[in-house]
Amino acid sequence: MLSNLRTMWLVFVHLFKKKATVQYPEEKNTLRPRWRGRIVLTKDPDGGERCVGCYLCAAACPVDCIALQATEDKDGRRYPEFFRINFSRCIFCGYCEEACPTYAIQLIPDFEMAEYNRQNLVFEKEDLLIDSQGKYPGYNFYKVAGMDAGVKKKGEGENEEPPVDIYSLLP
Amino acid sequence: MPTIIIDNIPYQVKAGSNLLEACLGVGIDLPYFCWHPALGSVGACRQCAVKVFKDEQDNSGRLVMSCMEAIKDGIRISVQDKGAKAFREQVIEWLMTNHPHDCPVCDEGGSCHLQDMTVMTGHDYRRFKYKKRTYVNQYLGPLVHHEMNRCIQCYRCVRYYRDYAGGHDLNVFGAHNHVYFGREKDGILESPFSGNLAEVCPTGVFTDKTLKQHYTRKWDLTSAPSVCQQCSVGCNILAGERYGQLRNVLNRYHSEVNGYFICDRGRFGYEHVNNVNRIRQPIIRNLTVEAVDETTLLTHLQQVINNRNLIGIGSPRASVESNYSLMHLVGKENYYSGISEDATFIERKIVDILENGGIHTPSLKEIENADAVIVLGEDIWNTAPVMALSVRQSVMKTAAREAMTQISTPAWNDAAVRERVQEDRGYFANLAITESPVDEWSTHTYHSVPDNIARLAFAIASKLRPELPLPEGMPEADLQLAERVAGALENAKHVVVISGSGPGSETLVRAAYNIARAVQEKGKTAGLAFVLPESNSMGAAMMKAPSFDKALQRIRKENNTTVIILENDLYRYNSTTDVDQFLDTCKSIIAIDSLNTLTTGKAHVLVPAATFAESDGTSINYEGRAQHYYQVFMPANPCIKESWKWLWKMKSLMAGSANGQEHHPDEILKQIESSYPQFTGISASAAPADFRIYGQLLPREPHRYSGRTAMLANIGVSEPKPLDDGDSPFTFTMEGYQGLPPAPLIPFYWRPGWNSVQALNKYQQEIGGPLRGGDPGIRLFDRNDKVASWWFNDTPEAFAGRTGKWLLLPQYHVFGSAEMSRWSAALDFLTPQPCISISQQDAAQLGVSEGHMLTIETDKERFSLPVAVRSDLVQGVVLAPAGFQSIPSLAWGTWIKIMA
Amino acid sequence: MTVMQHIWIVLGVLFVLLNIAAGLIWVERRLLALWQDRLGPNRAGPLGIFIVLADTLKLFFKEDWIPPFADKWVFITAPAIVAGSVLLSFVIIPFAPGIVVADLNVGLLFFLAMSSLGVYSIVLGGWASNNKYALLGAMRGASQMIAYEVFMGLSLMGVVMITGSFNMGDIVDAQKNVWFCFTQPLGFIIFFIAGVAETHRLPFDIPEAESELIAGFHAEYSGMKFGMFFIGEYLGITLISAMTVTLFFGGWHGPAFLPPLAWFALKTILFLGLFILLRASLPRPRYDQLIEYGWKVLLPVVLANLMITGAIALWLKST
Repeated sequence: MLSNLRTMWLVFVHLFKKKATVQYPEEKNTLRPRWRGRIVLTKDPDGGERCVGCYLCAAACPVDCIALQATEDKDGRRYPEFFRINFSRCIFCGYCEEACPTYAIQLIPDFEMAEYNRQNLVFEKEDLLIDSQGKYPGYNFYKVAGMDAGVKKKGEGENEEPPVDIYSLLP
Repeated sequence: MPTIIIDNIPYQVKAGSNLLEACLGVGIDLPYFCWHPALGSVGACRQCAVKVFKDEQDNSGRLVMSCMEAIKDGIRISVQDKGAKAFREQVIEWLMTNHPHDCPVCDEGGSCHLQDMTVMTGHDYRRFKYKKRTYVNQYLGPLVHHEMNRCIQCYRCVRYYRDYAGGHDLNVFGAHNHVYFGREKDGILESPFSGNLAEVCPTGVFTDKTLKQHYTRKWDLTSAPSVCQQCSVGCNILAGERYGQLRNVLNRYHSEVNGYFICDRGRFGYEHVNNVNRIRQPIIRNLTVEAVDETTLLTHLQQVINNRNLIGIGSPRASVESNYSLMHLVGKENYYSGISEDATFIERKIVDILENGGIHTPSLKEIENADAVIVLGEDIWNTAPVMALSVRQSVMKTAAREAMTQISTPAWNDAAVRERVQEDRGYFANLAITESPVDEWSTHTYHSVPDNIARLAFAIASKLRPELPLPEGMPEADLQLAERVAGALENAKHVVVISGSGPGSETLVRAAYNIARAVQEKGKTAGLAFVLPESNSMGAAMMKAPSFDKALQRIRKENNTTVIILENDLYRYNSTTDVDQFLDTCKSIIAIDSLNTLTTGKAHVLVPAATFAESDGTSINYEGRAQHYYQVFMPANPCIKESWKWLWKMKSLMAGSANGQEHHPDEILKQIESSYPQFTGISASAAPADFRIYGQLLPREPHRYSGRTAMLANIGVSEPKPLDDGDSPFTFTMEGYQGLPPAPLIPFYWRPGWNSVQALNKYQQEIGGPLRGGDPGIRLFDRNDKVASWWFNDTPEAFAGRTGKWLLLPQYHVFGSAEMSRWSAALDFLTPQPCISISQQDAAQLGVSEGHMLTIETDKERFSLPVAVRSDLVQGVVLAPAGFQSIPSLAWGTWIKIMA
Repeated sequence: MTVMQHIWIVLGVLFVLLNIAAGLIWVERRLLALWQDRLGPNRAGPLGIFIVLADTLKLFFKEDWIPPFADKWVFITAPAIVAGSVLLSFVIIPFAPGIVVADLNVGLLFFLAMSSLGVYSIVLGGWASNNKYALLGAMRGASQMIAYEVFMGLSLMGVVMITGSFNMGDIVDAQKNVWFCFTQPLGFIIFFIAGVAETHRLPFDIPEAESELIAGFHAEYSGMKFGMFFIGEYLGITLISAMTVTLFFGGWHGPAFLPPLAWFALKTILFLGLFILLRASLPRPRYDQLIEYGWKVLLPVVLANLMITGAIALWLKST
């Protein structure tokens, strides 16, 4: 009984404590860089699209809200022909970012994307692509990948030997 | 059956296999690279190491490569042994040292044997910090993409390409850790089986280049079991769709038919489904707006169908269901096959022999296991490529079997067997019109006109069975050849005779029967196979409908006739003048087809038909095997329907017929059985529409299918209800029964830990054996075990040239002769320029040389093509391209004029 | 009093009560928020008071759903009973000298009678819903309310003994010098506890425990029918607060710098606050604990209180 009364008193005292509420539209909360908000597609340091259309984000997405189609340019560089995220389904879990092998898809600290019309929450590649490297500067997938997609020649990538001369039998 | 003890658990396994096959066969996951069920073991990759123990007291054991160790009764092995596991993990770490970080842009990713095996061994961290080896890629043509960096040097590609498929232009170059798999220099791969490299390669060195145009990961494909429509062999395939487009075709294992491999025409010929030339909307000609909707079309059809003489023209490439539905709509007496009288005559002869001749029609597997093969006139390399591949296996296996009688090496020990065999070959006689790549494996070759081939064949039969007549006036050389061939057949145990309708000669069909029958009478196993032109030619021929010429004769007498042409370009099988006359006489022409052809161009009403990928249907292959193919995807446009669906809709428009003429394919097949006794049993080839496993449907999509809530979000953010397929036990979703599907209903190969096509071993009863629950398809001719009383005794006259006239014979080409595959851009690229071939003597006589234009004039056609001069042709013979686009249909075996 | 005056009083009481019931929506949400270091609804209107309007509008515009499996007429009647019975109880409360709807000489008994009727709404509502959770809630509610009805009545008997009257006016008058909360501390405490249980407010919200029974007896209700239960509950706590003030805290008595009505209102508001504080701070006991607590603790205590009070009253009378 006494403990109950004590509880009531302690709760009552909270009347005069500082409130945790942030008066949102007037006051803004600080969002950390790794905050999981709106999804963007970033570009590599050379200004090329980072997305190579590998479909891993789509496969990782638990609500299946990512759809894309990969295509190639004349150099054999893969990029998405279209890239669609249905944000009316997105749960901002960040699995797509975790799955992305090229740092292309990133969740950024922006959540102010409410719409009156659900259709407006379907983002196409033009809406997603930003002119920035996002959180991971300096990475260009095609420089570390083995294939030649117009970014570097065979053997010119990081940690690559020059192409094998198949006509040589020297040890 | 021997018992082996794996990790202290005894298993019953098949005798004569190796430990790897045994482990995989009992469901144990054991990684491997260089072993392939069709290629055997060479023990090169060291990946499948297991421990073998001497006895129960032996705790240390010794490491062996399981693919190189034969089964011994009571052998104790351990897969889980720490040492073996560490060894395997280390091997894959070595293999991976030079493997690039390419997976995101590699087409193999997600269906990659290397990925699977890496995960299976537990190798998850790369310690190799040094530079990676690189290679320059090669251009290998429009079918196969080359990315050599990814190679792990398992040698499967060259073992398949050179040893299995008999190709020459892919090889291994370089030395030590610099070996290179490719061609001597950039260029198109010559073998028409090169597409299998994409499935044989355990990683992404060789990938499907047509898939690259519209790349989709395996997990995103909506797939269904289908049957190849490119020739009469009827290989089983898996077709995959995404975003309303057919994306790729993979081999679907069938132990009796195609085994592990299909040809490039089947693998890459799928693109006609996505072609711009598709008919996508019903069209009524001479309206202000010709493209109409379904209601307008049906209203119009109602007027056209009723109160007219209705005749129907079937098709050798439409399904049995569609042909039957047309017959049912117009009536048996008004139904015509749509091919020429000559072709109908030959095909009817073939069906008659298969039905009543009392000789077994071999499956491809049986051809592979034959020890003597004789081909009569048919250019199997170009008309039934996978059959040619089987013939090659027969040649190789016979030699291997022969060798194994002398050394005790099991058949799977590929390198050792090959070493022993060297250049030995099994018996194969190729008696054909022209040279072809199969000549290389043949013991005897003979190139002449069909009549001379038939004479030789009759002579062979006569040598085997002296009662049979020997053609008169045979040259001594031919008689000796006949003697030698007959001798070889006498020594064989299992003889297969292959002929077909390709050369356009009925005599050859009869001669083939005589040989097969003569062999069988000698107490040997004989097989008789006839290659037919189209995927369902056999099914169409079995309906025994009158030919197109009969329809033409009839229409000359009638007026006020409506003709319904089912998936048939009449100009392909009949002369232009005849077809023109026919179409001009008809009051209205309704064409149901998927692609625009010359015939559909003349139709008054065009009804869009579904292609094989969009429809359920059954086709009957050369051996009379009814195989059902299932709809892969629902066309986005609801006006594209299976032909049989349209035909039943038309049926309900007919005066005096009730509504509700909707039937599932399995119901149609039951009706066929009751109206045509020769089709008895066919309904078992299709799973009933209400088939369920534990009340569940089978999903067409793998459980990792992605993008469901975004694929169509650009059209509308509210997701539509999943499509409903009432005709088969499949759903267009990823929900449904996740266990092992029954053998005829395998939509894709996936088992836990096995994402690549190598997951197949989980679907087989034993490695290389039938699928669990038995292979699909129903053989319709097996019911007849009667022995015919007839022999064919009328032998043809020897060929003699005529002055000013040439004998017209067909030249087939693997890419270009098939009607549908030429709508695939990649195969169109590989299609050779059509040309007219004549002998050197004739070229000299006419004064033309290679490349000159030559005009062919028959009594009905006249056209010009560049000339090719060939040394393998007889004087007085001219070869014209068969089945090529823009080349009119010609009557083979007729005498024509040519002009320089 | 003239008839007109009477009608004005009735209308005035109704008006004030219904507004309090509605206003409590806002008060409760704000207070709960503040005690949880939040701000609560503060957007609509000054201090967010118009949340009341928004809430009411929402209730009115919700689909008035009667489940097809429900017993339709009983289902409709149940929420009306709860609001009706509680409103009737207010008839006997003297808000200030001369401001009372009916100055009955059996006032206290009338109050007890009316509050007993409240149990019908729960039982009928839960029964008519034809839903297992609703029925469980109703059963719990019935046993809880019948049990605590006993202690509530008995706890008031001390006051009656001292006053010698059931008339509410007399009881208030008797506290002119000393409030009964001092002479009857046990009576007050037990009455208040029983009051919380009678209104099935937290921590005794066992009939509707959302974490166990979804929403108990009103699980199937929506729209204004649910609103009636809602109003009934808020009226209930207002009634118990007003009764506590009347019976134990001197009613409208208080220093003369404020008018009597203001004193009454002030004291009542304090008790309303206490009700909300209870909700904010105390966890819900288990159902068997609640019943056990009633019969095994409260009943002996209240009987003892009654006997001691009786003895003292007799002793005082004899001296």
